[in-house]
Amino acid sequence: MQPRSIEIVVGAFILAGILSLAIIAFRVSGFNLGNETSSYSVYARFENLGGLVVRSKVSISGVVVGRVAEVSFDHETLTALVRMEIDSDINQISTDTTAAILTEGLLGGKYIGLSLGAEEEFVTDGGELIDTQSAIVLEELIGQFLLKQF
Amino acid sequence: MWWHAIWRKPEWKNWPLIVTQIYRLGVLSVVITVMSGFSIGAVLALQGYNQLVRYGSESALGLGVALVLVMEIGPVVSALLFAGRAGSAITAEIGLMKATEQLSSMEMMGVDSLQRIVSPRLWAGFIAMPILALMFSVVGIWGAALVGVEWLGVYEGAFWSGMQDGVTFSDHVLKGIVKSVVFGLVITWVAVFEGYDCQATSEGIASATTRGRCIFVCFGTGTGFFPDPYHV
Repeated sequence: MQPRSIEIVVGAFILAGILSLAIIAFRVSGFNLGNETSSYSVYARFENLGGLVVRSKVSISGVVVGRVAEVSFDHETLTALVRMEIDSDINQISTDTTAAILTEGLLGGKYIGLSLGAEEEFVTDGGELIDTQSAIVLEELIGQFLLKQF
Repeated sequence: MWWHAIWRKPEWKNWPLIVTQIYRLGVLSVVITVMSGFSIGAVLALQGYNQLVRYGSESALGLGVALVLVMEIGPVVSALLFAGRAGSAITAEIGLMKATEQLSSMEMMGVDSLQRIVSPRLWAGFIAMPILALMFSVVGIWGAALVGVEWLGVYEGAFWSGMQDGVTFSDHVLKGIVKSVVFGLVITWVAVFEGYDCQATSEGIASATTRGRCIFVCFGTGTGFFPDPYHV
């Protein structure tokens, strides 16, 4: 092969490599270049997270509106404190909204489902949802069921 | 000797030598890499689907296949192919140069054989290997999508969004790239060394080629697995 065409083929090879990297980055790993949609933080306390982790979904009526950003243990109230980041165009979450930890399907991952309340006041950045429901742990349910039997 | 070979490189007049080696080591390996990537992705999707569909969780197929390909199988299998296709060619070529005393005649002429022969191959392997691994993963995922989505009827949205949710660039993709860079370095390093070090007979070349490949297969399959369970 002529040196010139070798160079062209090698150039195409390197371009194909860069293209593959781009495909993997954007299509497969959902990598976005810092243009993250703006969001605000809302806190909620739960008795039991039951497998809720960072990056779990937050949804209203099944529509994903945000993600769990941080999970920590609050030493004062002895409960789990969850910080959710909610897209800023979802700005009408009333203060009496219920946050419940739900399961996708029977065995799927945990997510937070928000069911909106009737209050006229809306939660702002750094606000807290008071009304929460912990995860339902299957083992506890089975335990209760067995206790009732005897 | 190794550092010597590497540091001699960044000279522009040697750039054509690297380009030629990238062509011979990289471009000519594209076909086997792409072919095996496609078939491995397709097989993963087929067998994965058959197991997952029993529990009704076939929507996790995309995520599983993507993680396996990008992190584990992509770098390792394409490195094994690269070692077989390109590594043994390097060993045989340098070994034959030694057997026919081309290397000694280069020294007689005052040409630095490390600079002329060894370092272009090291650099070409270093550049070509990650590209091949990335191509392998992309084609594998495409093959998996073709089998899973088009043929077996996994819901397309769940396939891709599950993948995007679970695969992170810094955690998983970069890990795979680092692996393939290290493999590229080790393959060409071992291949060049075995060629340089072989006995200058036809039997010596044969055993050096085999040995180089065996060393890499042990190294690659051994180290390819270990970083992952320990989250290194």
